[in-house]
Amino acid sequence: MIKLIFNRGLVALFVLLGALFSVFSINYFLPTDIVDTLLAENATSTEVAENLRKELGLDLPFTKQFSNYLVDLMHGDFGQSAIDGEFVIEKIWTQLPATVVLTVASLLIAVIVGITLGVLAAVHRNTVIDYIARLVGLFGISMPTFWSGILLILIFSISLGWFPAMGSDGWRSVILPAITLGLLGAGFIVRVVRNSMLEVLNEPYILTLRAKGLTEHIVLYRHALKNALIPAITMIGVLLGDFLGGTVVIETVFARQGLGRIVADAITAKDLPIIQGVVFFIAIVYVMINLCIDISYSIIDPRIRSRQVKGG
Amino acid sequence: MQKLETIKTKSVSKLKLKRFSKGILHLEKMMLAAAIFIIAFFIICAIVPHWVAMYSPTKMFPTAILQPPSFKHLFGTDYFGRDVFSLVVYGSKTSLLLGISAVIVGGFIGALIGTLAGYIEGIVDMILMRMIEIIQTIPSVLLALAIAAVLGSSFTNLVIAISVSAIPTYARVMRGQILSIKNRPYILASKSIGMRNSVIFLKHVLPNAYSPLLVMASNGLGMAILTGAGLSFLGLGVVSEIPDWGFLLSQGRNYIAAGWWISTFPGLAIALFVLAVNILGDSLRDQLDPKKRLS
Repeated sequence: MIKLIFNRGLVALFVLLGALFSVFSINYFLPTDIVDTLLAENATSTEVAENLRKELGLDLPFTKQFSNYLVDLMHGDFGQSAIDGEFVIEKIWTQLPATVVLTVASLLIAVIVGITLGVLAAVHRNTVIDYIARLVGLFGISMPTFWSGILLILIFSISLGWFPAMGSDGWRSVILPAITLGLLGAGFIVRVVRNSMLEVLNEPYILTLRAKGLTEHIVLYRHALKNALIPAITMIGVLLGDFLGGTVVIETVFARQGLGRIVADAITAKDLPIIQGVVFFIAIVYVMINLCIDISYSIIDPRIRSRQVKGG
Repeated sequence: MQKLETIKTKSVSKLKLKRFSKGILHLEKMMLAAAIFIIAFFIICAIVPHWVAMYSPTKMFPTAILQPPSFKHLFGTDYFGRDVFSLVVYGSKTSLLLGISAVIVGGFIGALIGTLAGYIEGIVDMILMRMIEIIQTIPSVLLALAIAAVLGSSFTNLVIAISVSAIPTYARVMRGQILSIKNRPYILASKSIGMRNSVIFLKHVLPNAYSPLLVMASNGLGMAILTGAGLSFLGLGVVSEIPDWGFLLSQGRNYIAAGWWISTFPGLAIALFVLAVNILGDSLRDQLDPKKRLS
């Protein structure tokens, strides 16, 4: 078990390093750099630019720059804004809580709605319930969040006045954005759970359980559901990434504070170091979460566990 | 006895549910028909917009600014007095072209990587799949956004941004597909009669492997259009005189209290098209999956 966790962790670390390396080298070989952005407005002599490059360590060889960058990262330094020189990590810490609240709330909605509907759809296959669930799935994955968000604002804020249209203070402001993202997630989860539940219900061991005379309730919820949920757990890991990325759009729609807001503002200001810093931060969080999910379902599912230990 | 009663009533209600559902089920076919109709409609809009739109997208009606939907202006007018319906019709070209190009580029590269990894295996497989994992460390929307922000938003750069983030899914599916096919008996048989490797690959492996790719491309088109519109919404879209759906929507957002129609209709266009493409993808998958067809 420890060996498995160690192996997985090592692979995750390697992949993260690879991501850092590739993004870093793309930035390095790009024709324009941060100095060009900094000096864009006031066109100064090349001498000033060269001095600034030296100061920022941009004249060093590639390997040296990369290792400096890694050392900075390990000290929690994700770079500085090209506009006001503020540290990215400080921005992240002040904005993170709002994003975490939104992500957790959306995930809760997605999981509760998605799993309930998915299971019901599979159990009552080809009935109205199934049909509704499939529609929810289709609409969930098809509606652009920036549109469904605006629709919710139109209906519940502007027409009915139940929830605030924008801002991020108080629990009431979380509800509409969480529903928007939650619906997207629910769409994905419904489809996955329905499919996997249908597949599990066709397995011979379900027939055995039924032949044994167990009540339908126990067969469905104690035996089938457990196995059907494994793909859903993987899906949740992927969704977390979608949510963290999706907050860029949602936080713009609802004018909320958060990580996405930093990125959206940085796009408008063309502040690349900030975008890079936040994207890396999210990548690290995303990889860690998926590592935990990976390990957790190796623990849940003995088949995966034995396969992985054998495989290496 | 009592238990038997409850079982009876339960099964009766279940039967009723089934009978009620049967009437609804043929809706599925209608939905597919509607989906194909919607897709065809938007493709016509993209190719020959002047057949569908009533006005030029750049024509302004100074006397009709921020008008709600009416017969003269089906989707109302915006803050410049432009006809929203015509804007949506003309905007379909950029949105659709972006999505389709991204799917073709991403699908081709992804399928190529997956095919190489699955067919050659060994060290090539390891290196390619690690590269795929590296791309996957960054959530796809965020990756597209970062690439678009770094490269700057031209049409080509947006295609790159959207397709790169879609490559991993195609590669993984294709790899799995090739791996499962290349060990099937008919491949071994062709090998044993001395067919050349390249012939086996082109004639027997590839034709059997591409069908899930079709399904993925269909659903991927939906994702690509959503991502493209999202980038445009955030201000990373292609700058042109004729705005695309995402940009229209983001512009309309500023006038949401004054005119709900400006952002609602471009969004509706995105949602409808993506929905149609997803319905098509689902039905393709059901058709191609023999297990589902039988049951």
